[in-house]
Amino acid sequence: MYRIVKKEFLTPIICMMEVEAPRLASSAQPGQFLIVRAHEKGERIPLTICDYNREKGTVTIVTQIVGASSRQICHLEEGESFVDFVGPLGQPSEFIHMNDEELRGKRFIFIAGGLGTAPVYPQVKYLHSRGVKVDVIIGAKGKDFLIMEDRMRAVCDNLYICTDDGTAGKKGLVTDMLKELLDSGEKYDQSVAIGPMIMMKFVMLAAKPYGLPLIVSLNTLMVDGTGMCGACRVTIGGKTKFACVDGPEFDAYLVDFDEAMRRQGMYKNIEKEADHKCRIGLGE
Amino acid sequence: MRNKIDRVPVREQDPAVRARNFEEVCYGYNQEEAMLEASRCLNCKKPSCMEACPVSIKIPDFVSFVEKGDFEGAAKVISEDSSLPAICGRVCPQESQCEGSCILGKKGQPVAIGKLERFVADWTREKGIRFTDKKPANGIKVAVIGSGPSGLACASDLAKLGYSVTIFEVLHKAGGVLEYGIPEFRLPKEKVVKPEIDNVRALGVKFETNVVVGRTVTVDYLMEKEGFKAVYIASGAGLPKFMNIPGENLNGVVSANEFLTRNNLMKAYDSDYDTPIYVGKKVAVVGGGNVAMDAARTALRLGAEVTIVYRRTEKELPARLEEVHHAKEEGITFRMLTNPVEVLGDEKGWVKGLKCIKMELGEPDESGRRSPVAIPGSEFDIDTDVVIMSLGTSPNPLIANTTPGLEQNRKGCIVADADGATTREFVYAGGDAVTGAATVILAMGAGRKAAAAIDAKLRR
Ligand SMILES: Cc1cc2nc3c(=O)[nH]c(=O)nc-3n(C[C@H](O)[C@H](O)[C@H](O)COP(=O)(O)OP(=O)(O)OC[C@H]3O[C@@H](n4cnc5c(N)ncnc54)[C@H](O)[C@@H]3O)c2cc1C
Ligand SMILES: Cc1cc2nc3c(=O)[nH]c(=O)nc-3n(C[C@H](O)[C@H](O)[C@H](O)COP(=O)(O)OP(=O)(O)OC[C@H]3O[C@@H](n4cnc5c(N)ncnc54)[C@H](O)[C@@H]3O)c2cc1C
Ligand code: SF4
Ligand code: SF4
Ligand code: FES
Repeated sequence: MYRIVKKEFLTPIICMMEVEAPRLASSAQPGQFLIVRAHEKGERIPLTICDYNREKGTVTIVTQIVGASSRQICHLEEGESFVDFVGPLGQPSEFIHMNDEELRGKRFIFIAGGLGTAPVYPQVKYLHSRGVKVDVIIGAKGKDFLIMEDRMRAVCDNLYICTDDGTAGKKGLVTDMLKELLDSGEKYDQSVAIGPMIMMKFVMLAAKPYGLPLIVSLNTLMVDGTGMCGACRVTIGGKTKFACVDGPEFDAYLVDFDEAMRRQGMYKNIEKEADHKCRIGLGE
Repeated sequence: MRNKIDRVPVREQDPAVRARNFEEVCYGYNQEEAMLEASRCLNCKKPSCMEACPVSIKIPDFVSFVEKGDFEGAAKVISEDSSLPAICGRVCPQESQCEGSCILGKKGQPVAIGKLERFVADWTREKGIRFTDKKPANGIKVAVIGSGPSGLACASDLAKLGYSVTIFEVLHKAGGVLEYGIPEFRLPKEKVVKPEIDNVRALGVKFETNVVVGRTVTVDYLMEKEGFKAVYIASGAGLPKFMNIPGENLNGVVSANEFLTRNNLMKAYDSDYDTPIYVGKKVAVVGGGNVAMDAARTALRLGAEVTIVYRRTEKELPARLEEVHHAKEEGITFRMLTNPVEVLGDEKGWVKGLKCIKMELGEPDESGRRSPVAIPGSEFDIDTDVVIMSLGTSPNPLIANTTPGLEQNRKGCIVADADGATTREFVYAGGDAVTGAATVILAMGAGRKAAAAIDAKLRR
């Protein structure tokens, strides 16, 4: 069970794996996540379902090394297995519930920050397969942090790339790119941003003046992922919600980002094997 | 004439020592102690103890076997009515059930029924005796959702009747609250819970962990696509409540479920395991049930100074008497008639205190319980780094929401009759999922009743 059938490092710290999980593969939907444990004494780690193949019974995950557990995950080899692999968890993206009629004529833009490209992919792929127009902005620190560029290009209409250091695509932030598109007169019915919490907050601030509807996917801390513990609670429109069952996707304009960012840091000082070298970006 | 002796005391770990470890608090009786205690029972013709046991264990019968030293005989008697005696003997609220109605309790101390039951179950396990009489396999598949006491009891009864039973569990480990909620020092996992689950496995029950019913599969999928002829839903009441007071999302406020899950299921107390837990120096636990006691005593063992904050008086504490007594012995502070109104935070968003208000008991309400009322102007602050909310739990609506035709009530409990039959034919439910948070023995009893009803239904 949960055997890794394929593994590939997309960058030195981001690893893509295709994992055998037939039940999960047959029920997964875009926007949902799963929880893995790499070994018997490991933490339960939430990861987005980045792709699924119902025929083969496999699910694809993309993990970025940020600490001890994500490193253990990336160190598992092809042929080895996860001890646990549970899902799909959370609500599927809202557009899943729309029929072709409703989807037709709609235009989406996805804004992916760093690793966020991976969770954005299944959504873009789904919409594209339904004939919906989709543009994608991918932002990364630099060329070496850029992932899934070709795969994404194959499933969207326009792909815009920007990097902090200008080593790929345009130099600048995703928010600049988004503003540029909107200022040039591009019209979108819905936008979706997935990436580090701070990036999602700034996309929200950038999109607001344009009245562009925006969905974000919140990567809170989680334990069970089923609504049992409340570790994942976030404030949405003044009300407490559990990201694992009510989300992970929410209306960006209702999210209390500052609280969410603070809560992500709750175990920062205690994480047993703090690794400074590898803490790149995620959630900071 | 029966033995006119006092109730035989049970040996326990010294409070000062156990407050720093996770080993079991109570050592239980040895053979001599058990036989001596059993000799106190009057073997009543109309045993009131039995009437007060939710599963009607034949108490005088098993106790007289213990008195004679025939422990296997005693175990057989218990096994007719209970499938988890080592667990119930440890965690049943005996003072309000069997022992609470023992005739000897009228004038003095009741027979220590729970401790005797535990002794018999532990003896049986240590001797490796199993009661696995089974009817021949009938090839009929039944699915059980949830591996807590209710699911385990239902599954083992059905397996004994020859059914091919699969338990689906969302967590990575079977046992439900027995595994993730009740701590090691009260219910040892390797020693007690695992063997009980192994017994169920030995009956041929299959366990599929990591399956979220309602997401990975649905009830209808199991019945239509995987050939399960009936389903028993025993998904518990796992959703934590919060108070909705200001500051509740500060860093350092956790639900008892989160705190206990990190510690029990994820073994955060053991440095070999990766899951972190945040305890701070001072911990305030809000609530007065078993869950609150467990969270408090766990925090204590992890090194904190612990206060329990409860809005009624000690008399109303819903926790088992023994747990309250143990918690006090271990040095936990109880602040009764106190209710939090706000969690106070520092400039970085971490808990630094709990603002509370003093309460008094008002007029009795319809249920006869005197409800607490705040005393205006009596606010005061408790200095604390962590607040653990233990205000009760409710059922997870996921299964009901994904099973068309399965009715739930306003509280989110699945509607089921006394046999566990729900509003969907061939779908049964029981335990906390139906009653809301209750007890292990009630959950187990519901599982056994449903097993009988499912058998009757499928044979028809
Ligand atoms: C719904 C959801 C989907 C996710 N999808 C993916 C995914 O597809 N790929 C992926 O690589 N990661 C994803 N994450 C984040 C991933 O779960 C965390 O990176 C992981 O738990 C970190 O564990 P660690 O032990 O390696 O790091 P830790 O040692 O726990 O932490 C290292 C650093 O990461 C921060 N951190 C810890 N947990 C999280 C978190 N949940 N989110 C953001 N920062 C965190 C810490 O504050 C710290 O700075 C997702 C999280 C959620 C909730
Ligand atoms: C900390 C704590 C202390 C307690 N102390 C005592 C005590 O001392 N004495 C006492 O008698 N009672 C005590 N109780 C209450 C008692 O444990 C419960 O009443 C009992 O466990 C209920 O049993 P159950 O089988 O109905 O549900 P649970 O034990 O809750 O088991 C339900 C199982 O179903 C699983 N599940 C849920 N949803 C799904 C799904 N969608 N798909 C698959 N699986 C699912 C859950 O993960 C869980 O494993 C305590 C409870 C807690 C939390
Ligand atoms: S199951 Fe519980 S109530 Fe019944 S006899 Fe045993 S301890 Fe008492
Ligand atoms: S009521 Fe007490 S004395 Fe009578 S049979 Fe029950 S345990 Fe024995
Ligand atoms: S992760 Fe436990 S409730 Fe969401």
